[in-house]
Amino acid sequence: MRETMAVEAIETGTVIDHIPAGQGLNILARIQKRNADARLTVGLNLPSKGSGLKDIIKVEGWLFSEQDAAEMALYAPHATVNIIKKYKVIKKFPIGLPDEFKGIFACPNSNCISHTEPVATRFTVKVKSQNILLRCHFCERSFADSLF
Amino acid sequence: MVNPLYRKDIVSISDLSKSDLELIIKVADQFKSQGPGQYLANKVIASCFFEASTRTRLSFETAVQRLGGALIGFSDGANTSTKKGETLTDSIHMISSYADAIVMRHPREGAARLAAEVSSVPVINGGDGANQHPSQTLLDLFSIYECQGTLDNLSVAFVGDLKYGRTVHSLAQALCHFNPTFYFVAPEVLKMPSYIEQNLEEQGIKFEYLSSLDEAIEKVDILYMTRVQKERFDPTEYMHIASQYVLKVDMLSSAKLNMKVLHPLPRVDEIHPDVDATEFAYYFQQAENGVYAREALLALVMNETIKELSHA
Repeated sequence: MRETMAVEAIETGTVIDHIPAGQGLNILARIQKRNADARLTVGLNLPSKGSGLKDIIKVEGWLFSEQDAAEMALYAPHATVNIIKKYKVIKKFPIGLPDEFKGIFACPNSNCISHTEPVATRFTVKVKSQNILLRCHFCERSFADSLF
Repeated sequence: MVNPLYRKDIVSISDLSKSDLELIIKVADQFKSQGPGQYLANKVIASCFFEASTRTRLSFETAVQRLGGALIGFSDGANTSTKKGETLTDSIHMISSYADAIVMRHPREGAARLAAEVSSVPVINGGDGANQHPSQTLLDLFSIYECQGTLDNLSVAFVGDLKYGRTVHSLAQALCHFNPTFYFVAPEVLKMPSYIEQNLEEQGIKFEYLSSLDEAIEKVDILYMTRVQKERFDPTEYMHIASQYVLKVDMLSSAKLNMKVLHPLPRVDEIHPDVDATEFAYYFQQAENGVYAREALLALVMNETIKELSHA
């Protein structure tokens, strides 16, 4: 009960819960990049039943699609997304790591053609012994998730 | 026989299967011994070199002419609308409406993949930045096959700059289809990238780092030399490092009789000219093979059937 009171409840919108502590600000930055006017409530280092501390973000008035959520997956592949209407959870789904990120991240290789052409970046996702690698569709290089 | 390469883009060596590689080598071999047919008659090939090239451009253009095709194109991106700010996407869109296929080189990695997606005609990558150079790998494979009689179970040493050399990366990747044993001889700072080592481990390919060129020579069937580039080091360090990766004629006394030395060229100091006259030198035949490998590639991409294959 104390945990849910730590951040204000929202009437309609999206709650991203179980974000690993420390990743909340990265996700916040992505949401603000998509919509600078989004009304956000953020909780950092909140107690989590499962795993010590977590971050939580509430986005008012924006109902995330699974594609919207996938953009955040790199920072918190195990977070959950709650869609809220009239203060009630009407849909709940894990963020999940997609097979491909399209048009979301810039390629860390500064000599990749995607930087100079009107084209959406594409990365295929590979998980290798708990490390996430993203391979650029164009320049064919693989990068650790920490570079994004 | 169905030709699986007909109208296919050739962007990356990883796009080609083992049987595709064998097919190209077989056709190159026949073209070399019997001469190529007029497989590009009435076809226009655009040779678009947004970055300068000597061997690749000239051998592709020779291949087009020998196959009876016509050429359009440019040898320097500075003479094109790129200079006016036109995107590669727009350039390729337009060129693909003029030509039946596009051979291209570009300084940026991924340019050929992008071009292949935009173009309505096949795109053949002649090098995209530090990424891929599949036709070089094909001529390397053809040269290895020609001088060894097989691609299977060979011991291959890669010497010099293994970190930045796209030629070395692609050839190692392609040879993985044929159960090779690899030896790497390189300064610590120019070792194979870890993602390639990891890739080899995953595929169960045997590889080992050796501390000297001498150690490699006695073990291998192919000694693949590369240039250690001056700009990677300060001048004193370069002198010290480069001198350890120079092949001299007296070092070849321990080589196996079938051993051949390959080099993608241009060489600077890493193979002493005295080696040229030995039976081990194969790098000039390798450069010549660039024409046959590219003839084979163009003929297969532009023709549904190749008569040489049905006679084989």
